[in-house]
This record gives sequence, structure tokens and C-alpha cells, in this order.
Amino acid sequence: MPSSDPTDDFIEAAAQALGVPLDPAWKPAIRGNLEVTLKLARLVEEFPLPDDFEPAPVYKA
Amino acid sequence: MTTDHSWSTASAIADAVRSGETTATAVVERCFSVIAARDKKLNAFTDITRDRALARAKAVDAAKEKGPLAGVPFAVKNLFDVKGLPTRAGSKINRELPPSQHDQPLIERLEAAGAILVGALNMGEYAYDFTGENIHDGPSRNPHDLSRMSGGSSGGSGSAVGGGLVPLALGSDTNGSIRVPSSLCGIFGLKPTYGRLSRARSFPFVASLDHLGPFARSVRDLAIAFDAMQGPDPEDPVCTDRAPEPALPALSRGAEGLRIAVAGGYFRKGAFPEAIEAVARVAKALSVKQEIELPEVHRARAAAYVITATEGAALHLDRLRKRAGDFDPAVRDRLIAGAMLPSVFVNKAQKFRRWYREQVLELFRTVDVIIAPATPCTAPSLGQQTFMLDGVELPVRPNLGIFTQPISFVGLPVVAAPVPLKPLPIGVQIIAAPWREDLALRVAAQLEKDGAAAAARLAL
Repeated sequence: MPSSDPTDDFIEAAAQALGVPLDPAWKPAIRGNLEVTLKLARLVEEFPLPDDFEPAPVYKA
Repeated sequence: MTTDHSWSTASAIADAVRSGETTATAVVERCFSVIAARDKKLNAFTDITRDRALARAKAVDAAKEKGPLAGVPFAVKNLFDVKGLPTRAGSKINRELPPSQHDQPLIERLEAAGAILVGALNMGEYAYDFTGENIHDGPSRNPHDLSRMSGGSSGGSGSAVGGGLVPLALGSDTNGSIRVPSSLCGIFGLKPTYGRLSRARSFPFVASLDHLGPFARSVRDLAIAFDAMQGPDPEDPVCTDRAPEPALPALSRGAEGLRIAVAGGYFRKGAFPEAIEAVARVAKALSVKQEIELPEVHRARAAAYVITATEGAALHLDRLRKRAGDFDPAVRDRLIAGAMLPSVFVNKAQKFRRWYREQVLELFRTVDVIIAPATPCTAPSLGQQTFMLDGVELPVRPNLGIFTQPISFVGLPVVAAPVPLKPLPIGVQIIAAPWREDLALRVAAQLEKDGAAAAARLAL
């Protein structure tokens, strides 16, 4: 029976794409951590910055 | 009769060895008996390097010229390479690595100054931790109250220095792992500028944010160790080419002539009363009235969190595939979640880092030093899972670093200075502009001189 929850589906698919094993017992904690990280990521993402703004690490050849 | 140097500063030990009042061999022998007695309670050490330490002490005693750290015992977080030991980095998995062929360069530099490595120290698994708890080795314990956390991830470093096992230790700080244990264990810690000290031959965590630095019970000891460890290292591509800029010579100038402000806003909002009290005491001691706000600091913390989760996950991806069951579950689940975060967010976080850096550097045109709490509270109990921050119940493990994380995010140098509150100490961060460790150390020295900051001698 496939899950109908998009976050659970994403976790299943991402684990498969990454080749990382996914014990069902780990899923609630992984989901909790992913939700916190996504919330914080959105906090950063919603802050507007110009397209030509350089990321912090600058590679020097 | 051997003098007990277990509560002496590193500089007092070096003076006693240099003057002939004692020998490095006597100091090291005594250090090992103190470790044998007290570490049963503290669980700070994971490895003892007795044979090499005694051989090294003999060499120091025989040398005509004795360095500024002559005979000073020190220990390192077990993510530093120590010749002959596998670099376990708090993990079960890394114990299977072959023994290191060489010491980490900062160990070499401290030993070149006369210091003597006596062992390696407990830490949170792979440094993804602010508690000092370790599922494989047991928790390092807080010397002020053995039922409480040492703080992490350099928990053994905080416990060993705070508990009088060694006067000097090294640790790493990615988001607060030097400053958090310094705060909870009531000692001084220095997280230098990003890129100041070589990270070669240490087990990494987040290349964008990793720093190494010293812990001690006096500011002078931090400065002596820092000065001995500076200098370029071609083995670490992030390490600066700047010539060493010694901090010790100007230490006695204290806070004279420096423009100091207290960080408000975010740094008050999440603070327990003890953190507010510690900052108020320090501000009073320094006669500081000015308060400033770091812009968008909550987003800086968020961006550091994102970069940590994803770079950490990338580092450990193959171990997660093959050895997931051998991780601490709390670390594993965070790393797996980090691996799943879409990469666009990481790039956004690195762009934000550039913006935030520019804003913070602008602030340093008007002030020399910023004071902020190091942790939101004093040491939580071992095993405590949550606490109330600003009216919200949050997990302890990631949130002990809410005040340190947005500062290391842009690589600013910070001295964590212990404010001796009762019943438990708590640290403040003394934050300076990049490459101005000297200023942060001068302010810490002033606070120490005035008694506003002090590392306690404990009955253990």
C-alpha cells in the first residue's frame, strides 16, 4: 500500500535515489529533522538577494 | 613531595619548569595520577598517551632552551590525528581506521613550544552535537555538577580543563563546539577567525564552517597557546597565508580604548535569566551602555543550519549507505535528512552568507567588540531532551548553539569567557572583527582581571 503523504513519499524516493537504507523505525525522526531543516531553509530562501550576488566560497584557480 | 599543578595555569607550570622549581617529568607524572583519580567521574579522556608523554617530558627536561609552554600537559579532542591512534571523531565506525601516521599540526606546534600531549578527549559523534553526550563512550560530565552536560561537541575538552585534569586542551568549533562546552564547564575558550589555524589532519565535519582552537582556565594561557599555533600551513587550503599576529604582547592593555557594544534583539529573546544576568554583569564591568542588533541574525542561524546539515551529509553519505546501524541514531537521522535537502537551498544559504558578512563587517566600523551570551542557559541535565526557549519547547541538542551558530557562520573570532554565577557558570561571547583575536582576548583579560570572568577551582 503506497503512502499518500507527500513528505513520506519524498523521503522514500530520496532514500532510493541516494542509495541510503531506510528502516521504517527511523522515518519519524528523519521526517522531523527534514521538516525543521526545510523550515529553516525557507527562512533563508525567502530573503531576496540579487541574481548576480556571489555565494560566500569563491574558487580561485 | 610533588606539587599538585592540577589547578595551575599553563603559564605557571611553564614558569616553574623553566626556573627549575619542578620538572616536566614530575608535572606529567602528577597529571596522570590526577587523570586516574578524577576521570573516573568526568569521563573526559578516551585515550591516554603515557609513553610518548613521558619520553617527551624527558626531552623537555634535557633541553637547554625551554619554550613558552615547557612541561605543560595538554589533550586534544579525538578528531585530531594523534600518531599511533585511529582518529575516532567520537564514532564507532572510525575506530577501524588505521592508526594515524602523524600528529595534527597544532599538536606539533604546541609540542615545539614545550607542551606535552597526554591524551585524546571524548566528543559528540562526528561533532554533530552540542551536549557532550556520546552513545559509544558515554557522556563527558560537567565538573561543576556530574549529573549535567559538559556541552558539545568538544565535551571532553571542556570537562578536562574545567575539572583540572589538564590546563590546556584543543577542540573544534563548527557552530559552537568550543564555545558551548566553555560556557557550560565555566572555562575560557577561543574560536579563532575562520582560516586562522590549520585544520590539516583533523577529521572534518563541515568544511565551510570548521575551526580548531584552544580551551584554558586563564586568558593568558589561551593567548600563549594561540600564538604558538598560528602560521600558514600548505596542507590546509583554507588556512591563511597571513604571518602570525601574536596576541600576548598587547594583552595587558585590557579593554582600554576599545568600543564595545552588547548584542540585543535575537540574543535577548531566546535567553534564560542566567544568560541575561551574565551579559549584564559583563556589560557593567566594562561600563558598556551601547546595544546593537545584528541584522537578520535568525536567518544567519538558519543558513548555518542548512549548510551544516548538507555538507555533513555529503561527508558521511557513503558511511550512511554502508554502516547506518553503527551511527548514533540521533546523528544518523539528522544526516539522512540533510542528504535529502534540495541543493538549491544550500546555494541560497551560501549567497546569504556573503550578504550577512558584509552587514556584520559594516557593524565593525563603529564597534571593536560585541558581547553576546554563549549559551541560552547553564548546563542542562544529562539526558535532557527539551527545554523552553522563548515560550516554545525545543530539543536541547541543536538549540544549545542558537547564539554561537550565527557568529561562526561568518568566521568571526570569539573568546568564550566564563561568568561565575551560582550554582552554575555560564559563558559570554566576546566577538571581534575577522583577524582581531587580539581584541577579544584583551577584553577577556580585562574581565578576568576585574573578577567578572573566572574559571573556578572545584572540589573533585
